[in-house]
Amino acid sequence: MDGKLFSEAGIPLAVNYGPADLPAPDSIPPPGQYPFTRGNFRDGYRGRLWTIRQYSGFGTAEESNQRYRYLLAQGGTGLSVALDLPTQCGYDSDHPDVEEEVGRVGVALDTLADAEILFDQIPLDAISTSFTINGTAAILLAFYVAVGEKRGVDRAKLRGTIQNDILKEYVSRGTWIWPPRPSLRLIADTIEFCAQEVPRFNAISVAGAHFRDAGANAAQEMAFTLMDGVTYCDEVIKRGRMTIDDFAPQVSFFFYTHGDFFEEIAKYRAGRRRWARIVRERYGAKDDRSCMFRVGCVAGGASLYAPQARNNIVRVAYEALASVLGGVQSMFTAAWDEPFALPSEDSATLALRTQQILAYETGVARVADPLGGSYYVEALTDQVEARVVEIMEDLERRGGMVRAIEDGYLQRLISDEAFRVQKAVAAAERTIVGVNRFQTDEDPPEVEGYELDEKGRARQLERLAEVKRSRSAADVRATLAKLSKAAVQENVNLMPLLIDCAKAYCTVGEMVDVLKEQWGEFQQPAVF
Amino acid sequence: MPVRVLVAKPGLDGHDRGAKLVARALRDAGFEVIYLGIRQRPEAIAAVAVQEDVRIVGLSILSGSHVALTRKTADALRAAGADDVVLVVGGTIPQRDVAQLEAAGAAAVYPTGTPLETLVESLRHLSATARAAS
Repeated sequence: MDGKLFSEAGIPLAVNYGPADLPAPDSIPPPGQYPFTRGNFRDGYRGRLWTIRQYSGFGTAEESNQRYRYLLAQGGTGLSVALDLPTQCGYDSDHPDVEEEVGRVGVALDTLADAEILFDQIPLDAISTSFTINGTAAILLAFYVAVGEKRGVDRAKLRGTIQNDILKEYVSRGTWIWPPRPSLRLIADTIEFCAQEVPRFNAISVAGAHFRDAGANAAQEMAFTLMDGVTYCDEVIKRGRMTIDDFAPQVSFFFYTHGDFFEEIAKYRAGRRRWARIVRERYGAKDDRSCMFRVGCVAGGASLYAPQARNNIVRVAYEALASVLGGVQSMFTAAWDEPFALPSEDSATLALRTQQILAYETGVARVADPLGGSYYVEALTDQVEARVVEIMEDLERRGGMVRAIEDGYLQRLISDEAFRVQKAVAAAERTIVGVNRFQTDEDPPEVEGYELDEKGRARQLERLAEVKRSRSAADVRATLAKLSKAAVQENVNLMPLLIDCAKAYCTVGEMVDVLKEQWGEFQQPAVF
Repeated sequence: MPVRVLVAKPGLDGHDRGAKLVARALRDAGFEVIYLGIRQRPEAIAAVAVQEDVRIVGLSILSGSHVALTRKTADALRAAGADDVVLVVGGTIPQRDVAQLEAAGAAAVYPTGTPLETLVESLRHLSATARAAS
């Protein structure tokens, strides 16, 4: 079989690879050395295993707090907070347009009071917390810092990440609030603030995952994400207050691992090398830690299918293995029933066990970068990197990311690729077991899923009303007024003001609305 | 005359891969597609449906809020005097909710995994039946 075969991203594959396909030695030094193709650390996962971080959160703060404590008791080592859509889009739970969404895909947080309950009895100085939050990321960071303070945990000890990546929201995930310019300013504020005050907290997790789930291939996912990373770094650098070494160690990344096993491994290795070179060559980083590409990932998402849904357990396991061979720092494994519903406790536990078996039974974590030097993996890493560079140059030529988004160009690239894949699957040119080959007539499984407790919303509304009654109206007015004034002063960092608002028990919606008055709202280009 | 279809995502869920794929497949199948995008209020969807005189409104919802949002959109269409518009719904929808969605006003439900050609055929059939009835 010498006919042409391609990877999922369209990279042509040879029948086999040999010594001539290896890159120059300075591209693949030992693990722990710039440009980190073979991993960030000399000892791989021996020094520190990847963080097993299961995305969860729903209903009220009380329910989510219980699930977090359960996950930590079961051996989870970090929290990943899912927020409901009203919180993500900046609406309070009592807003009339959002009633059916309260507590639906994540936990509802309206004020600091909810955050205090969410983290009750969770040791904030011992675990790390990741928030999938973008539009309102700065507000959630303010809540986390304020909860820490109330519990006597110094902000310098807080560990975790806010996603805080608004650019991809305009393209694929949709929880935008303000237009790009002021949003970038707020993100730069959080990056500066974390660098100065919360040194162990990642101010941003630049996420390719959502490009991927919207249809981008592996090379596009990496290229778009690195371009976003460059956009954020440019924004901070151009203020002239910080050098790259002041904040780059607190920039992290986030991806989906899908099904093309070796391409996914190559994607992470190529991304690590490319980012290291960008940080050193474009920004002149002196510290190697600035050049490290810290990565979290999800195994699952759009690579899971509804027919013969239990097959997803196997898909997730392979994807998890590829992620680890690619050298990720943290991982979420999705539950098999995700195409139907939010996971039940059973399916969520099985997803967690998938990682634990990988970590503790298979032995893959014993040696750093076990595939380093493989003719095929190194050649594919080079090719993915070359593809990534090509896509990034195209976007630069078109005036950068903000421009490509405002023009709808990026959206078009992604939906073109999604459509191409859809056609390939429909024509059975790309095999999906149980979907276009080896099908059966089985009915969809009866999934247990998660049932939203309708009383939860009522409790949330009661608490919000109670907070509004008991807080000092004067403090609320004063802190919001200061926020409003500073919103139009580009040289003022808004983070300390948001923390003051949080402590005065202002709601998420109140803070967002004050900024909307000054900054306006994003208008989406609806292209398909 | 091509059949006019409005594709929209009500509520706050921004996962629009499915909605966009459906919009393209319908356009390729000869429908005239108006794609409204994400985060649309039910009243806005109904207003555009009337203004553009569409025969079908397709909602895509992956957040779990499908029953409430379908009901609201059906109410909004009725309030706008567009009772004859065929309302269909797709997304992350458990089998057990299909009957509820039909009761809320959906003429058809397409859970995740529905092949695009099945969906296109179903919409052809529904639009032909709707035309015959009106």
